[in-house]
Amino acid sequence: MAHSSDTIAPEHTGAHEHDDHHDHHIPSGIKRWLYTTNHKDIGTLYLWFAFIMFLIGGAMAMVIRLELFQPGLQIVDPNFFNQMTTVHGLIMVFGAVMPAFTGLANWLVPMMIGAPDMALPRMNNWSFWILPGAFLILLASLFMEGGGPSFGWTFYAPLSTTYSGDSTALFVFSVHIMGASSIMGAINVIVTIFNMRAPGMTWMKMPLFVWTWLITAFLLIAVMPVLAGAVTMVLTDKFFGTSFFNAAGGGDPVMFQHIFWFFGHPEVYIMILPAFGIISQIVPTFSRKKLFGYASMVYATASIALLSFVVWAHHMFTTGMPVAAEMFFMFATMLISVPTGVKVFNWVATMWRGSMTFEVPMLFAVAFIVLFTIGGLSGLMLAITPVDFQYHDTYFVVAHFHYVLVTGAIFSIMAAVYYWLPKWTGKMFDITLAKWHFWCSLISVNVLFFPMHFVGLAGMPRRIPDYALQFADFNKWISLGGFAFGLSQLIFLALLIKACRKQGEPVSSQVWEGAEGLEWEIPSPAPYHTFETPPVIK
Amino acid sequence: MSEQAKNNQKMVIKLLVIVVGMFGFGFALVPLYDVFCDLTGINGKTANSAAVYTPIEIDESRTISVEFITRTNTGMPWEFRAETTRVKVHPGELSTVNFYVRNPANKQIVAQAIPSVSPGVAALYLNKTECFCFNQQPLLAGEEASMPMQFYVDPQLPDDISFFTVQYTLFDVTGKGDKLAVKENPYLREQPESGI
Amino acid sequence: MKRLTNVLSIVLGTLPTFVFSFTAQAAESGGKAVSDLNLRPGVTEISGQVYDLHMLMFFICVAIAVVVFGVMFTSMYLHRKSRGAKPAHFHENVKVEIAWTVVPFLILVFMAVPAAQTLIAMEDTTEPDMTVLVTGSQWKWHYKYMDSEVEYYSLLATQQEQITNRFEKGENYLLEVDRPLVIPTGQKVRFLITSEDVIHSWWVPDFAVKKDANPGFINEAWTKVDEPGVYRGQCAELCGKDHGFMPVVVIAKEPAEFNTWMSEQEEALRKAKEEEQRLLAMNMSIEELMAEGKRVYNTACAACHMPNGEGLPGVFPALKGSPMVMEDQLAHIDIVLNGKAGTAMQAFGKMLSLKEIAAVVTYERNAWGNNTGDIVQPKDVNAIATGE
Repeated sequence: MAHSSDTIAPEHTGAHEHDDHHDHHIPSGIKRWLYTTNHKDIGTLYLWFAFIMFLIGGAMAMVIRLELFQPGLQIVDPNFFNQMTTVHGLIMVFGAVMPAFTGLANWLVPMMIGAPDMALPRMNNWSFWILPGAFLILLASLFMEGGGPSFGWTFYAPLSTTYSGDSTALFVFSVHIMGASSIMGAINVIVTIFNMRAPGMTWMKMPLFVWTWLITAFLLIAVMPVLAGAVTMVLTDKFFGTSFFNAAGGGDPVMFQHIFWFFGHPEVYIMILPAFGIISQIVPTFSRKKLFGYASMVYATASIALLSFVVWAHHMFTTGMPVAAEMFFMFATMLISVPTGVKVFNWVATMWRGSMTFEVPMLFAVAFIVLFTIGGLSGLMLAITPVDFQYHDTYFVVAHFHYVLVTGAIFSIMAAVYYWLPKWTGKMFDITLAKWHFWCSLISVNVLFFPMHFVGLAGMPRRIPDYALQFADFNKWISLGGFAFGLSQLIFLALLIKACRKQGEPVSSQVWEGAEGLEWEIPSPAPYHTFETPPVIK
Repeated sequence: MSEQAKNNQKMVIKLLVIVVGMFGFGFALVPLYDVFCDLTGINGKTANSAAVYTPIEIDESRTISVEFITRTNTGMPWEFRAETTRVKVHPGELSTVNFYVRNPANKQIVAQAIPSVSPGVAALYLNKTECFCFNQQPLLAGEEASMPMQFYVDPQLPDDISFFTVQYTLFDVTGKGDKLAVKENPYLREQPESGI
Repeated sequence: MKRLTNVLSIVLGTLPTFVFSFTAQAAESGGKAVSDLNLRPGVTEISGQVYDLHMLMFFICVAIAVVVFGVMFTSMYLHRKSRGAKPAHFHENVKVEIAWTVVPFLILVFMAVPAAQTLIAMEDTTEPDMTVLVTGSQWKWHYKYMDSEVEYYSLLATQQEQITNRFEKGENYLLEVDRPLVIPTGQKVRFLITSEDVIHSWWVPDFAVKKDANPGFINEAWTKVDEPGVYRGQCAELCGKDHGFMPVVVIAKEPAEFNTWMSEQEEALRKAKEEEQRLLAMNMSIEELMAEGKRVYNTACAACHMPNGEGLPGVFPALKGSPMVMEDQLAHIDIVLNGKAGTAMQAFGKMLSLKEIAAVVTYERNAWGNNTGDIVQPKDVNAIATGE
C-alpha cells in the first residue's frame, strides 16, 4: 500500500480494476436504479433519498420556525402547525437519519469486511424501493381533508386514536412500510457481517463502524416489530373497536406510552450508535494514531444497547409512577452515561499525542464530539426525576434531542459523507464549499438550538404554535438560526451535485493520509464490483 | 457460493423468527403490563373480579380514610354520585358504600365504571368483594339504581398510607363489548311514580 | 497558523450563543424577579429543592464539559501535525480506562442521593389540608374543591384579536384565564389530576408540579405555597389543536382571605341556582338569547366549530347547514348537554348554565344563515337534562 504524501495524488495502480469477468455493461438510466442489486448503487439511492427527506423535513422545520418567529398566529393555523411538528419528526427520524445510516452501511460494510456485496442483494433492492412509497403515503396524507397526522411523532393515544382524523390509517400504513424496510435492511446487515467477512477478518478486527452497525441492526430487529405492534393497536383501536388504550374498554392510555417507548428508547440509540462508529473511524485517521481502547469501545456500545431496553420509562416520569419505579428508571438512565462517557474519553485519548490535521471530515467529527457531549450532559440532567418534572415537555428537551440528533447523528452523517465521498466518486469534493458548509452549519446550528435550553428552562412548553411574550426574543434568534441552518444545507446540496458530476481533483486510493482499513486499499472511485476474490487480512 | 447462500438463508430464517417473536412480544406487553400493574400498582388499577373475604383480625390501631370520586365521561348523561363520599375504616374491616345512578336520557344506556386508585400502591391493598364495576350496568330511560361496592383494606397496607382516593368514571358502552350479563340492572331502585 | 484559527473558531462557534443570549437577556428583563434564562426557584420548599438540584447538576455538567473539552482542545492545539507533532503509539491503558469508568460512576452516585431524597419528598401526598380535583379537557381546566360544592372551568382569557395580531398583546399574553384556581398559603394542597378526553399535563413551574392528566385514571401531586401571589403555567402535553392555549393560573391567598373568597363562591353558586330556577319559569326573548348565545359560542364552541360555524373539514364538523342543527332540536340540545362519546364533543352541561345552553343552541340554530327561527328556552334544556 503506497503512502502518498498528500491527499490528492492520483493512484498509479488505478488500472487494475477487479471487473475483468464483469465486463457486461451496467444498465443505464432509470432501470439501473430500479433493478439494481449492487450495494454501492443501493447505498447511493439511500443516501440521496435521505438527503431529499432531510430537505423536506427541513422545509417543515422552516414553517415551524417561521410561525414561531414572533408571538401570535400569523403563517399557519394550530392544526397545521401540529401536522408540521409531527411530520417533521417522522420524516427526520425515519426518512432522513435512519436511511442515511442504512445507505452508509450499504456502501461501507461490504468494503470494510472484504465482502463482494451485501448477503441478500435482492432483498436489499426491495428494502430501499418500498421506502419512497411509505413517505409518499405520509406526505399525501397532509393533503387529505382534515390534514395529516397531528398528534406528534410519538402519537400518544388517545389523541392518535379516538381523537385523530382519518389520515391516521395512512400514517399507520406508512409506518408499517418504513418498519418493514428497516427490518429488511437490518437483517441484511447482520447476515452480511456474520457470513460474508473475508477470511481473517475476525470479530475483534472489524472496524468500529461495522461493530456499531451490527449492534444497531440487532436493536432494529428487536424493536421495530414492537413499533409495528403499537401502530397496529392504534389502528384497531381507532377503526375496529378494540380497547388497548381506551379506559372505557379496560385499556390504558399510559400503556401506549410504555409500548411506544419500549421501542422509542432503543430507537434513539439506533440513531446514534452508527454515529459513534463513524467518529471512531474518522478521529484516528486525522490523528494518525490507532483508536484508543478499541475493545472498550465495542463493549461500551454493547452495554449502551443492552441498557437501552431498561430505561424507557424515563420519557414518562410525569405519567404517575410509583416512587420505586421512578427511582429505578432514574438510576438506570444515569448508568448509561458511563459507557457513553467512555466513548468520549476514548476519542479524546485517541487525539492525545496524535499528529492532527483538520480536514473537513475531522472538523465535523470534532464538532460532533463537543456538541454531542453537550446533548449528552443535558440528557444526564433530564435523567434526574425531580428536575425532569420541570424539564419534561419543554424546549429544554427539544434542545437536548436536537443536540444529539442534529449535531450528533446528522453531523456524523455529514462527516461520513465528506470522509468517504472521494472514495465513492474518485474526486476530491470542493473543499472551499465544504468549509463554508461546515462553518455556516456549526454557527447557525448553535444559534438555533442553544437558546432553546434557556426558553425551556424559563418555561416554554414544546409543540405550541404561539407563546407568551417573555419567550419572544429568544424565539426570534432561534428562528434566525434555523433559517441560516436551513440555507447552509443548500451549500451541501451544491457540493454534492458537483461531486456526483465527478468534478474535482482525482484522488488516490488512500485519499486521506492516515486512513486505514480495507476500503482504502481499493481504487478510487471504488469499482462497481469489489473484493470478488476475498482480500488478505493482515 | 451455494454453501454461502444456504448459510445466509438459515440466518435470515433465524432473524425472521426474532422479528415475528418481537412483534408478538409487542402484543404480549398488553397482558404483561397488567401483571406489572398488579405487582407495582402503576396507575392504581384494581382487580376486576371479586375478592373473597375471609374474616381476618381487624387492626383497630389504624384508621384509614377512603375518599370516593365519581365522574362521567364525555357523552355519558347519567347522574352518578357516591352516597358517602368519605368513609373511615380499620384495616381488615368490611364496609359498603352505595353509588347512586340515574339515566335521564330517553333511551337505554349501558355503563361501565372504571376504577382508579391514588396513590396507585393502595390499589394493591384494596380488596373489593362486590362491585358494580365488575360488570356492565344497563339502565332504561329514567331508571335509577343504587349500586353497592363492598370492600376491605388489607392490613398489610404500608404504614405511610393513611388515606387514599378511589375514582370511578362511568363510560357509555351501549352496544359495545360482551360483558353485559343481565338485561336488567340488579341494583334497580323502585321506579319513581312520575315515570317519564 | 491557519489550523490554529480553525481550532479557535470551533471553540468560538459555540460561544456566541452564550454571549448574545446573556446580553439580550440583560437588555430585556428590566427588573423582573423571574429569570428568563434559567429554571425558577419557585415559591415552595420543593421547588427550591428542585432548583438547587438543577443547579448542582448544571455545575457538575459544566465541570465535566470543561475538563473533557479542555483536554481535547489542549490536545488539538499541542498535537497538530503542523506543529510537527509525531503520533505516539499507545492505544490502550487499562488503568486509565478503569479510572474513567469508575470516577463517573462515583459522580453519579453523588448525584443520585439528593435526587432520590427530593423525589421521595415530592411524591409524599399524605395528610393534605385540602384537595382539589383538576380535570383537563380539550382545551381548558376544571377545578373542583373536594370539601365544598365549588367547582368551575378555567379558560384562556386572552382575546382572539391579540392572538391574530389585531390588538396589541397584553402583559400576560396566553398566560391568563377567566377564573384562576385559588388556594390558601401555608397549607398542603393536594391535587387529584385527571382528564375527560386526551392526555393533558398540569404544570405550574413555580410549584415544581407537573403531572399528566390521564383519561380514566387519577394522578396525585401536592404543593404548599408560602408566598401569596399569582402563579402561571401551561398545559405541557400535546393535547390537540389548542394545546398552546390552555394555561394554568393559580392564585395563592392568605388563609383568611381564602376563606372569604370561598364563602363568596358558595354564595354566588347558591344565587346562580336560584337564578336558574327563576329562569325555568320564564321565557327569554330571541334578541337576548342570540346575544348571550354569541358570547357563549365564542368562548366554548368557536375553538373547534370556528367562529363562522364552518368547522374544520375532516376534523371538526360544520354547524352551518348541519342536519342536526337545522332539524333535530332534541338531538342538538342533547349533544350540547352530554357530548358525544368517542369524539372531541364535550358535555357542556357540566360547564354551562341552562340559560347559556339555551342561548347557544338558539344562536347555532339561527346564525350563519341557519335561519330555522327556533327558540330554545332554559326549561327546554332542563327537560332534556332531567329526563322529564
